Amino acid sequence: MDAVLLSRIQFGLAAGFHFIFPPLTLGLTLIIVIFESMFYKTNEELYKSISSFFIKILALIFALGVATGIVLEFSFGTNWAEYSRMVGDIFGAPLAAEGIFAFFLESVFLGVLLFGRKKVSRGFYLFAVIMVFLGGHLSALWILIANSWMQTPAGFVMEGGRAVMSDFFAAIFNPSTFVRFFHVVVAAWITGTLFTAGISAWYLLKDRHVAQSKKVIKVSMAIFISMAILQFVSGHIHSVQVTQLQPEKMAAFEALWETTEGAPMSVIGIPIADEQKTYYEIKIPKFLSLLAYFDPNAEVKGLNAFPRDEWPPVMLPYFSYHIMIGLGTLFALMAIISGVLMARRKLESTRWFLWALVLAIPLPHLANEFGWIAAEVGRQPWAVYRVLKTSAAASIVVPAGQILFTLIMFFAIFTLLLVLFIFILLKLIEKGPQTGDEAGY
Amino acid sequence: METIEILQNAWFFIIGFLFIGYAVLDGFDLGIAVLMPALAKKNSERQQVMDAIWPFWDGNEVWLITAGASLFAAFPHTYATVFSGFYLALMLVLFALIFRAVSMEFWYYDEKRKHIWSWAFVVGSLVPSILYGVALGNLLVGIPIDASMNYGGTFFTLLRPYPLVIGILGLAAILLQGATYAAHKTDGVVQERAQKLVHRILALYAIALVLSFIVTVIYLPQTLSLFPVWIAAIVTVGALSGVYMWSKNGFDRKAFMSSSLSFIGLWGIVGTTLYPNLARSTVNEAFNLTIYNSSSTQITLTAMSIIALIGMPIVILYSFYVYRIFKGKVSIKQ
Ligand code: HDD
Ligand code: HEM
Ligand code: HEM
Repeated sequence: MDAVLLSRIQFGLAAGFHFIFPPLTLGLTLIIVIFESMFYKTNEELYKSISSFFIKILALIFALGVATGIVLEFSFGTNWAEYSRMVGDIFGAPLAAEGIFAFFLESVFLGVLLFGRKKVSRGFYLFAVIMVFLGGHLSALWILIANSWMQTPAGFVMEGGRAVMSDFFAAIFNPSTFVRFFHVVVAAWITGTLFTAGISAWYLLKDRHVAQSKKVIKVSMAIFISMAILQFVSGHIHSVQVTQLQPEKMAAFEALWETTEGAPMSVIGIPIADEQKTYYEIKIPKFLSLLAYFDPNAEVKGLNAFPRDEWPPVMLPYFSYHIMIGLGTLFALMAIISGVLMARRKLESTRWFLWALVLAIPLPHLANEFGWIAAEVGRQPWAVYRVLKTSAAASIVVPAGQILFTLIMFFAIFTLLLVLFIFILLKLIEKGPQTGDEAGY
Repeated sequence: METIEILQNAWFFIIGFLFIGYAVLDGFDLGIAVLMPALAKKNSERQQVMDAIWPFWDGNEVWLITAGASLFAAFPHTYATVFSGFYLALMLVLFALIFRAVSMEFWYYDEKRKHIWSWAFVVGSLVPSILYGVALGNLLVGIPIDASMNYGGTFFTLLRPYPLVIGILGLAAILLQGATYAAHKTDGVVQERAQKLVHRILALYAIALVLSFIVTVIYLPQTLSLFPVWIAAIVTVGALSGVYMWSKNGFDRKAFMSSSLSFIGLWGIVGTTLYPNLARSTVNEAFNLTIYNSSSTQITLTAMSIIALIGMPIVILYSFYVYRIFKGKVSIKQ
């Protein structure tokens, strides 16, 4: 197999595995900030036991996030050396900034969270909780700046084949940074709150830790409801941005072969790129034009407007994008149902819905993974959109055999870690929140 | 000097500073982990050893992540050449760091497989502790870099005598960090064992230093004419005598500080030997990767300098504060 393809699979695997954990970190720290603040205000044991319980789970998630994150950080040099040469002038800076402004903050104060409960004042402890929350979100910001620059590069000039920075702020605030940050953070909060709500729903079904669970489920669902609805707004803005700045990507998302005035939105179908046909397609007339340009008759570019060798793959981005939106729709539906149940004060006693919440825990992860696949595969064949081809980005000197070996190793290690992660997570959930002196290790 | 040259030199020092921070801080938690089989016999003692580093290890590892990312940002060609050239070796480091990162958490919760995780902790720390020195040794003695700045060797090119000796020296330095830290931070039997270990490791360290001197005479004789190298060497040896004196008299904290100073001395030797190169080419001197031919542009280096000048003092401030929160000895939990 060829080295570039192997590196792509390896990076996709590592990034996909890494991204199981960050959204949980971001969402969980939000919940911890809320309950720790309540503890600070009221001094009630109940809130402390909730906060401490989620901090223990956070420690586990964090360890896995760290273990998998380093792989990505190294990968740019090991597997994408030519990439690093060509765009290192711009791409390295946000990674370094992430270390300096975010990772230090996150990990130094996490130490306080795990072991400092009895050593610092309640106020300082709350401060540390907020710093971990802030660090995580800053790290997301910097890494998404780096990623967004690959999608919509800005603030650079080409000099002898190298992209060289001409305007720092234009590069970091490139046209997709904020949209992407908004979308990913909302996705992370959906992921985290469904996780905490799902755990509480399980306890309520089993009649355990009822006092804590009632509090957690209420707070989680309140955030979840607003985020699930907000995600439609952010997803819409994101789609508009893609249509305007990466038109062939949107054409692939929607399997739009020809440039069309009054373009329809594809709901479902099987797109075959070689035949330029979508089988069994159901579509909503004029809807894509309406969404993208607020005009039902606007022209949307189709794939044929672009050279064939610059098309992204169509099938994978198409399905990923549609599955993500399908799940988003499901979340919005769940938000509405839980809103109604909460208004009637029946959320905690509606058993079928509690079961639905338990079963929904993995779903935001699917949406996250498919969202990334849509965004990254849809960017192909470019590593940096219209600047550097993926095929020219890979390391020259690393033999394919070595990459195959490390790919197999990563696959084995990640599988093992995932199994153990779930095993220990279930153990922690089985034990549940503790009261009294059980905080920390 | 032109502005860009000042910036390139500044980043040589900043990255050096970050690697020193990493070596001194993660050095103690790597070292104590490698020494775990000698320090702890019972699970309660293993727990004590882990408790001594648990609040810090991740923050310490961020020094590596930041140093690596800064190398990427400031000297992208060096980052690209070295990381792709050392592919398999770095992947071994990665596999080890993955297991190390999860092993403590898994050790704590996975009752049935405790012994596996405690070994994962040890081996996961040992592998990088050796390979870091080997990698540095390669940069010092030179690697086959061609005109297009690419690495032309194989995995086995990395295992020449000079780098292997530097690997042992690096391991000795990390072990000394670990042992002096354990003596300073723990009490009871673990502390007693650590105090005894310090002296044996000092012997290993001394042998490694002599060996390093010999291979330097053979492979890099030009180094010996550099005046600053000698100053750094004197600092290292002086600091090691300090470790010997203080640990003998039970001043464990001072011994640890002195061990850290010896590490800084070692980095001083590395830095003064390399400068202004980052990686020497064995093919042709003209292909050396230097701070001048492998760096980013002035705009990037300026932006990075501002980021580092604002960010790093704050990082150091709160890291210092958090270390103080956890000052004092760690005992066995009842
Ligand atoms: C939206 C958020 C997000 C995204 C897209 C990524 N990460 Fe990540 N990363 C985080 C959000 C995050 C986090 C929430 O901050 C983590 C997760 C758990 C943790 O410890 O911090 C983290 C941890 C983490 C660590 C360990 C830090 C430590 O030791 O404390 C590294 C080195 C990276 N990441 C690097 C990367 C790279 C190179 C990525 C892309 C190619 C990447 N991450 C994608
Ligand atoms: C509700 C309708 C949704 C729409 C219209 C939408 C739209 C989009 C679009 C257009 C992209 C691609 C951006 C690009 O290619 O650059 C994207 C990416 C992504 N989506 Fe969604 N999305 C929706 C729901 C969701 C949900 C519910 C989640 C997770 C809970 C999610 C998570 C992600 C992630 C993680 C990415 C990749 C990062 C990025 O490029 O922003 N999305 N989304
Ligand atoms: C964490 C969530 C992410 C996931 C799940 C993800 C997923 C993927 C996938 C599936 C690929 C393979 C695409 C292909 O080759 O067909 C890929 C490639 C890549 N992604 Fe991402 N990605 C993520 C975040 C990022 C971020 C934040 C960056 C940059 C900072 C990034 C940079 C890259 C690079 C450099 C490649 C390899 C070159 C290429 O194929 O274009 N990714 N990613």
